[in-house]
Amino acid sequence: MRSKAIALSVAVLALGTTAACGGGSGSSDAASATGPIKVWLSNNPEEISWGKAMVKEWNAAHSGQKVTAQEIPAGKTSEEVIGAAITAGNAPCLVFNTSPAAVPQFEKQGGLVALDQFPGATSYIESRSGGSADQYKSPDGKFYQMPWKQNPVMIFYNKALFKKAGLDAANPPLKTYAQFLATSKRIVGSKAAPSAISPAPTSEFFQSWFDFYPLYAAESGGKQIIENGKATFDDQAGKDVWNFWRTMYAKGYAPQEAYSGDAFADQKAAMAVVGPWAIAVYKGKVDWGVVPVPTKQGMPASQIHTFTDAKNIGLYSACKNQLTAWNVLKFATSKEQDGKLLQTTGQMPIRTDLPTTYAAYFKANPDYRLFAAQAARTVEVPNVPNSVQIWQEIRDAYSSSVIFGKTPVDQAISQAASKAEKLAGQS
Amino acid sequence: MTRRATPAFTRVLGRQPLGIVFSAPYAVFLLALFAYPLGLAVWISFHDYFFAAPGAQVSRPFVGLDNYVAVLSDPDVRRSFVNVAEFLVINVPLTVVLSLVLATALNTVVRARTFLRVSYYVPYVTASVALVAVWLFLFSKGGLVNSLLGPLAPSPSWLVNGALAMPVIALFVTWKQMGFFILLYLAALQSVPRDLYESAAVDGANRFRSFMNVTVPGVRPATTLVVILATITGANLFTEPYLLTNGGGPDGASASPVFVMYQKGIEQGNPDTASAIGVVLVVCVLLISLVNRRILERD
Repeated sequence: MRSKAIALSVAVLALGTTAACGGGSGSSDAASATGPIKVWLSNNPEEISWGKAMVKEWNAAHSGQKVTAQEIPAGKTSEEVIGAAITAGNAPCLVFNTSPAAVPQFEKQGGLVALDQFPGATSYIESRSGGSADQYKSPDGKFYQMPWKQNPVMIFYNKALFKKAGLDAANPPLKTYAQFLATSKRIVGSKAAPSAISPAPTSEFFQSWFDFYPLYAAESGGKQIIENGKATFDDQAGKDVWNFWRTMYAKGYAPQEAYSGDAFADQKAAMAVVGPWAIAVYKGKVDWGVVPVPTKQGMPASQIHTFTDAKNIGLYSACKNQLTAWNVLKFATSKEQDGKLLQTTGQMPIRTDLPTTYAAYFKANPDYRLFAAQAARTVEVPNVPNSVQIWQEIRDAYSSSVIFGKTPVDQAISQAASKAEKLAGQS
Repeated sequence: MTRRATPAFTRVLGRQPLGIVFSAPYAVFLLALFAYPLGLAVWISFHDYFFAAPGAQVSRPFVGLDNYVAVLSDPDVRRSFVNVAEFLVINVPLTVVLSLVLATALNTVVRARTFLRVSYYVPYVTASVALVAVWLFLFSKGGLVNSLLGPLAPSPSWLVNGALAMPVIALFVTWKQMGFFILLYLAALQSVPRDLYESAAVDGANRFRSFMNVTVPGVRPATTLVVILATITGANLFTEPYLLTNGGGPDGASASPVFVMYQKGIEQGNPDTASAIGVVLVVCVLLISLVNRRILERD
């Protein structure tokens, strides 16, 4: 029977079988062992370029502890590939693309090593990332991920389309929800672009990180969606954000249908929700400007929070030479390597005082300054059990009420909060 | 007459032991890749199971029917079964009727026969991802279909319209799979005796009567096969909701059970509930196939 249900069962078999006959290596011996290790890098060309250079530098100085780097194997998402590798017992020592939302699941699988076991690790992490590091602690108080780099989410706008709509492209009215809606109306009404903004209206669990969550982080003054085991986002700030986006969809300022290309680059939308990666992507294609995400009443930029869109480094329990892995991890997150990462990718290392630490870079690349300033006020996904399931529940409720208007916002957000809280309380 | 004693190895291995050697690879394939995983999936569905690293100390207690209760009381899961039922109601009859009509037409055509057969078969052998791109071009809001329909275009558009998304997917799958089913019917048509058509003509039957009274009964075994295969393929719908409607959209209107299995089992790390959905799906497909067979094979 050519059944996909059976095919999924085959995957279950493969994973189950390998789990049954593998051999764990998360022992204390591994924690103090040194030797060759493997690392996986994101498949982003700039990150590969940085990663290979970093590995080359390490290998030149550590002949007995050779690092072999490769891209994360192809899969629907990196998280699926890493999850399968953990189960199969063939995960690499380090993955330089570990999503904070996936960490609770990897941790439950027994796939991650608590970095705190290495002498000085906690103080190293906290001194490098400051107060931001707390967001990456697991409920047991340990670090199962090294806070690495972030892409603070902001609003890009197309200056040419704004001018075409008769808007002030140098100082666009986008601070408050009312201004944002009026600007959107002007863009669509003037036919400058078919849509004002085009966040993906699709149902993947992570899509809420690029429409709801940045605005909620801003409106709530930096709250996570779950704090101390309680869902926070069904408060007034959350409802205001959902109602704002509901209006955007209801008025036709944001499309309900996904665009199959890049709506911002193709001038199908005049604005986009992006991180600093967008600077290189749109260079020479769009004459852009950048502003913080809007808030209901408008806030000074220096007070606005947003979503981190961070990727971290995980040290995996299948690693046989974990001490080498930890030392490579420290080397890769040193001040020097962080500077090279910033230079090569434009992504922001999760470091205190980023603008002053790399002042020369930001002087030479002023486009990145706003993102660097924003990097000091970012909110991560909460590190709680069932994280992916919680985000899927939120996305489903948001999709039903905000994007398609089938459920009243108050009802949908309340139900989603109730489910999220219940899931976060489970082991 | 005396019977010669059958040697022991012949009783065990049969008269042609070499046959076992030839059939063994497929038997092993079936056992290893279908029977064992199915059994394991059933086992997982009765336990609190999650994937763990080798050597990790984890507890996977027996939980009885808890996973089944959880999935059957989950509105998203129930909706996915309703969605796939809607899909099957459109897809299976359409597949049978169009495949048979087109196969009959192709069987009588003389010129360009090979070209037409290949044309119908091309979508079947083309990757869904490539075909989905074409259908997005056709059925998106600013697509070709809406451009042709002008003011008659539906709002919301096809793929984001809760009432139309699943019918569009059903049409897509019907079109994509048709080449394969046409081939099955073409083979079956070769076994319908010519003299039956001649007798029908002598009795004054026109082409339609001939088709209904000779062709349709003549290919009944093939129709049973087509219905069962289309049901199995349709019940396992995944790629189209994943790609064409961006993850079972709009608002879950095209989410299929296999898509929900993927979300729960792979994305969310809950293979126990995913397995329970899979077992329920297999049981449903078996029941539908059994009913189909009973109905189609009765005289």
